[in-house]
Amino acid sequence: MSSSPPALPPFERVVTEHGAVVLRVCRALLNPTDAQDAWSETFLAAMEAYPALRPDSNVRGWLVTIAHRKAIDLHRRAARTALPMGELPERPAPAHPESDPALWAAVAALPEKQRLAVVHHHLAGLPYAEIAALTGSTPAATRRAAADGIAALRRLHSTGALS
Amino acid sequence: MTSSFPLPPNTAWPVALPDDRELLDSLHDRLVAVAGDRQLIDVGYRTVDSPIGVLLVAATDAGVVRVAFDSEGHDSVLTALAGQIGPRIMRDRKRLDVAARELDEYFTGRRRHFDLRVDLRLAHGFRRAVVAALPTIDYGTTASYAQVAAIAGSPAAVRAVGTACATNPLPVIVPCHRVVRSDGSIGAYRGGPAAKRLLLELEAG
Repeated sequence: MSSSPPALPPFERVVTEHGAVVLRVCRALLNPTDAQDAWSETFLAAMEAYPALRPDSNVRGWLVTIAHRKAIDLHRRAARTALPMGELPERPAPAHPESDPALWAAVAALPEKQRLAVVHHHLAGLPYAEIAALTGSTPAATRRAAADGIAALRRLHSTGALS
Repeated sequence: MTSSFPLPPNTAWPVALPDDRELLDSLHDRLVAVAGDRQLIDVGYRTVDSPIGVLLVAATDAGVVRVAFDSEGHDSVLTALAGQIGPRIMRDRKRLDVAARELDEYFTGRRRHFDLRVDLRLAHGFRRAVVAALPTIDYGTTASYAQVAAIAGSPAAVRAVGTACATNPLPVIVPCHRVVRSDGSIGAYRGGPAAKRLLLELEAG
């Protein structure tokens, strides 16, 4: 009992602590049905890899990274089945109207770079450097995109569009 | 580049979705079901209410591996299991359905033997020999530490039997509570002497 090395916490605790954040991220990137699938695939993949995770890892960042990739997979799958040819129209993902439908719609309507920066930084709490690594950008550009996104949301709010 | 989130046109806005808490609960249960099928879960657990407090019951794919008393701190027991067995530990009612039912029957006097697969991997060496010998003590009877030492094949190892009982990973199911002092006094118990007395009185009918 005392001889075991410091271990990872039970995975149940990981699900309890981070399940809601991962769900919010999935919803901000996908439609509600796909968001649930992405949540399930994220935690299944995470459970498979969990025993090899270093105990001092940033678990939330790790999960959001997996969720981000699963969301891309689901998008590609949907793209193949729904619209086999041509480019998909650039349309925002409908987010779940969690507490404020107008705000979510506004987040969903942001340009992609701003939306990802806002979602990953302000919703999931990832540092800019990690988001940049995820999206193939630079920390500075990511910080700018997040600031621009927040400014756009503020503008909408002050014009009364978000109240 | 890696980030591409175009959406098919006009996905309808959801009018109503189940409450988040409920949704997360059902996502949790679906995760446990799929992960269980893929044998990804090291240990599943649930709690069971009993007259000696809320018991934590945990099982591997091989069988019930741990029963813990409230006083041990269920969270610390689960953390210890993560180090001893593996960190993929999930709340899993279904896996423990039968164990919970049998415990319930035992505590209400309707069951005298547990008919469960057990996983004794947390008991090592002589302690394991003791734990394996304990079910030979019948319901409603007791044995002394010295008698159990003899049954386990080491008549001189009376103190070691005491330690083995005190560290029994499966109390209640493996009946270490039926081991008492030669002078008839009740002796120590992982769940406290009051719990031990209650179990002996329950079995005395």
